[in-house]
Amino acid sequence: MEMIKVKDLTFEYIRRDEDGNVESINTAIDNVNIKVSKGDFIAILGANGSGKSTLAKHINALLYPTKGSVWVNGLNTQEEKNLWDIRQSAGMVFQNPDNQIIAAVVEEDVGFGPENIGIPTNEIWERVEKSLKAVGMLEYRSHSPNKLSGGQKQRVAIAGIMAMKPECIILDEPTAMLDPDGRKEVISTIRELNKKEKVTILLITHHMDEVTSADKVIVMNQGKVVMQGKPREIFSKVDEIKSYRLDVPQVTELAFELKKAGLDLPEGVLTVEELVEAIKQLKKSK
Amino acid sequence: MIRDITIGQYYPANSILHRTDPRVKLVGTLMFIVSLFLFDTFYGYLMVTLFLASVIKMSKVPFRFIVRGLKAVIVLLLFTVTFNLFLTQGEILWQWGFLKITYEGLRLAGFMAIRLTFLILGSSLMTFTTTPNQLTDGLEKLLRPLNHIKVPVHEIAMMMSIALRFIPILLEETDKIMKAQMARGADFESGGILKRAKSLIPLLVPLFVSAFRRANDLAMAMEARCYRGGNGRTKMKPLKYSKNDYLAYTVLFLYIALVITIRILENHF
Repeated sequence: MEMIKVKDLTFEYIRRDEDGNVESINTAIDNVNIKVSKGDFIAILGANGSGKSTLAKHINALLYPTKGSVWVNGLNTQEEKNLWDIRQSAGMVFQNPDNQIIAAVVEEDVGFGPENIGIPTNEIWERVEKSLKAVGMLEYRSHSPNKLSGGQKQRVAIAGIMAMKPECIILDEPTAMLDPDGRKEVISTIRELNKKEKVTILLITHHMDEVTSADKVIVMNQGKVVMQGKPREIFSKVDEIKSYRLDVPQVTELAFELKKAGLDLPEGVLTVEELVEAIKQLKKSK
Repeated sequence: MIRDITIGQYYPANSILHRTDPRVKLVGTLMFIVSLFLFDTFYGYLMVTLFLASVIKMSKVPFRFIVRGLKAVIVLLLFTVTFNLFLTQGEILWQWGFLKITYEGLRLAGFMAIRLTFLILGSSLMTFTTTPNQLTDGLEKLLRPLNHIKVPVHEIAMMMSIALRFIPILLEETDKIMKAQMARGADFESGGILKRAKSLIPLLVPLFVSAFRRANDLAMAMEARCYRGGNGRTKMKPLKYSKNDYLAYTVLFLYIALVITIRILENHF
């Protein structure tokens, strides 16, 4: 069964003037269809204003479709009785770590979600410990979040979602406000959760190097899904990606330029090691 | 300047007082404050002083740290003492022009100074030994009966704890905005009060905008984590009275009983 199914989704931001007349309609999402299977690691790429965050909010039932529909775990987001089940099974991590941590102590913040869904006290403690361990923050359990680095705060936020035992985590640009070290921390935590805990991951980002290990990449532009496929397939089309105001990883671009200059290299090189190997092969064959 | 204010701060230590249930401490502080205003004799104050001293000793908070909290209210203290000293009618001890000190004034000023000092010391001792979260939890539980008259107790407690969490974040942000504006030539330090107050406006506007944005984000994050008010919520750290807490209650009631007895006896003899 699919974890997430988005069917013919359209969403319009409607701006009204003081009398309530429609002033302008901004179509943020335009007829999008997406299917995500359980256990997948999906990356959604897009430049600013491509509608990727709006899409994420639909999956967590924070926004409702203008047209079309969204199912999470077989539940339609438009039916109000499903609301809390959906939010529990599809947790969401936001961009700014400061604005999503509620409590003044790390462990209490992780316990906030389970408290809300009425988990008994003993089990909350178990869950808090387990999820802090899963993101590698157990030793900071009694710290104040204000004293943590950005990457650490974001890991606490992820632990807060994990403690609700979701089947799927949606991360809305979780690394946008972090330094390179913090970004690495967060991305490797996400990968770990996907592999070890089998959590479905939907990572929304505009950093290319974060998506190379995803199972599938979805590229959005102006509210539409414009590309879909394995990272390698996507990154072999360097020119098309650039036309959506996105960058490809440096090494991919280098390989692409070398290929254009006449070297016989494979398409869609994703890592430095791959490129080194390909160039070695090239030398041998000469 | 902000760093000087120790009232409301938490002093981490491992003492009996730190481990006591926040509800006991809240009730205790209230009783202590009431007891302060019951007395106007020497023996009464001796007893209050003894009580406060022993509680301070139990708290393991350094005395110097506690006294530092008084600095913030010294102006208020001097103000009250001066007014009581010069404006009370009665038996005149000393007079110079329209200024006169009376026996009653001296007495009242002295007691007022002691009361205020003890009031600050006692209530700051509570915040030194209780984390803000425990405090709001305690308040929520103590005020729960008010739910029956439609007071949103849980929501108020939640608002308080969120406000406390965001104080350092907003302070940092203020600092950032201030520096950014100083880098562009803004002047916050010179000029009279009026000019300085005016120069704060361009600081407050961006601060408010950002606070509202944060509130919006936080509300969304809370909803995404299934927050829907106090109903059906469980607690990770529920408040439970231990044996020591009952003991503390007993001591408190004995104290207040004793205070009232002394007061009644004083009135009769």
